[in-house]
Amino acid sequence: MKFFSRRSIRVWQRNRDVFFRLWHAETPAFVAEPVIILLAMGLGLGAYVGLVDGQRYIEFITPGLIAGYAMFSASFECTYGSFVRLEHQRTFDAIIATPLDIEDVSAGEIFWGATRAAMTGTAMLVIAAAFGLVHSPYALLIPLVCFLEGVMFASIGLFFTSVVPSIYSFNYYFSLFITPMFFFSGVFFPLSSFPTVVQKLSWVIPLTPVVHLTRGLVSGNLHLNLLLLVLVVLAFTIPFFILSMVTMRRRLIV
Amino acid sequence: MNAIETRNLTKKFKDITAVSEVNLQVNEGECYGLLGPNGAGKTTLIRMVTAMSPPTAGEIYIFGNNLKSHSHQIKAMLGVVPQTDNLDPDLTVIQNLVTFARYFDIPKREAIKRSHEVLKLFQLDERKNSPIRELSGGMRRRLLIARGLINSPKILILDEPTIGLDPQAKHLVWDKLVELKALGVTQLLCTQNMEEADFLCDRVAIMHQGRIIETDTPKALLHRHIGSKVWEIELHPNTKNSVVQMLKEKGIHPEMAGNRIYLFKGEDLAAIQGIIPTQQVRSRPPTLEDVFFKLTGRYLTE
Repeated sequence: MKFFSRRSIRVWQRNRDVFFRLWHAETPAFVAEPVIILLAMGLGLGAYVGLVDGQRYIEFITPGLIAGYAMFSASFECTYGSFVRLEHQRTFDAIIATPLDIEDVSAGEIFWGATRAAMTGTAMLVIAAAFGLVHSPYALLIPLVCFLEGVMFASIGLFFTSVVPSIYSFNYYFSLFITPMFFFSGVFFPLSSFPTVVQKLSWVIPLTPVVHLTRGLVSGNLHLNLLLLVLVVLAFTIPFFILSMVTMRRRLIV
Repeated sequence: MNAIETRNLTKKFKDITAVSEVNLQVNEGECYGLLGPNGAGKTTLIRMVTAMSPPTAGEIYIFGNNLKSHSHQIKAMLGVVPQTDNLDPDLTVIQNLVTFARYFDIPKREAIKRSHEVLKLFQLDERKNSPIRELSGGMRRRLLIARGLINSPKILILDEPTIGLDPQAKHLVWDKLVELKALGVTQLLCTQNMEEADFLCDRVAIMHQGRIIETDTPKALLHRHIGSKVWEIELHPNTKNSVVQMLKEKGIHPEMAGNRIYLFKGEDLAAIQGIIPTQQVRSRPPTLEDVFFKLTGRYLTE
């Protein structure tokens, strides 16, 4: 297997330039939706839910929503976005005729997906802080956590992208993987509400450790387990990162 | 030294052999044409030479360096113009070029300068801020070629560069390619257009079923396979078979296409005079297309 090189930055730059050229086409929706969910669930539903683990409901869901929407950003970028560049625009074909290798393209896509996750996470953090929902300076680490989370979901997404036959296959990816994860990872209610079996299962889905990480940082409730959570995220990330390099080469270099 | 050399280059896809033991030698500074029907293996050969497809067997050398071990250095000096348009539709015309230059690590100021140069060269400078979707097919193709020049390549590899162009744009592209050759840029040109091959290429190779079956200068190919004249004879459908039968009895085996037959060099025109009235016989100068048909057949190969 080949590894990626510093040239992957060129692909990141290309995606960045396109994003800032067309940002108004998608960014408002990406920021508006989480804010709407935060207010609707936090204030609306929250009025009935009362305190969760000693917090107001809206405070409970804020860090989870940050992690969840960072996941959506990285996932959309490296599924629909990457697939359009791969198959419909043949952008990757054009790039690999230059000194870049396909591994540089894959890594550039993943790092750009992670950057999108960090941008979403940061925007949401700022909004949450404006609503007075952030209680710890450790929350400043959120963009970093979202980037790491972004590498994970971008890698999983790009792996899936490199093996699917058509753009419609992503309906499965989102309906059966991403959206359920949003509800079973402790974003909206503590995992302890689930039966024991479901609780155990929710620890093998990659969003769960991130939700606990962001929750710890936003509330300032730091403990050593947070480092363990980082290791869990890395354990999901590394295999999929490597796998996506291999499968993307297999798809494009024939 | 050869600009491009392949040794026994072979590519198999499952049970299909797309390219079979090709030994290609392109001299520095020449324009070398690859001709062949669809499915002959031209594009597969080009994809291997541009490091976009790993060979099943054989080696590729660019200026003496093995492509396998020097792919980055080699790709940095290639300009690739693909057959399918893969311009970046998310970017404008000038952004396409500047972004592409960045893949080659060309500094921004230099990239902008070169982008303006190549836009001017292909008369696209007035459209530099247009989105790609607003360009006509001909403009997109010109931009695709312009993009291939952004890194000042030593070797330009073109896959059907003038397909879909109107005659004006086609001649503009041809003129630019001739100018580039004068500047010493080696060209490997894949084309179905025999007029183009004749106009641009110092040497051509004819590919058929994955192999190079003949290579030489266009002139030498005409001389060897066709001669100085082609006789074209239009026959009546009713008498066609009996006429051909009579010709065969005299030892003449003409090329046939529908109701028309072609006679090339070495065939005795005097011998047919008794069979076909001379006013039905039309003579014309030979073209590469005659060679092409003679070597690859008149029937669809896929």
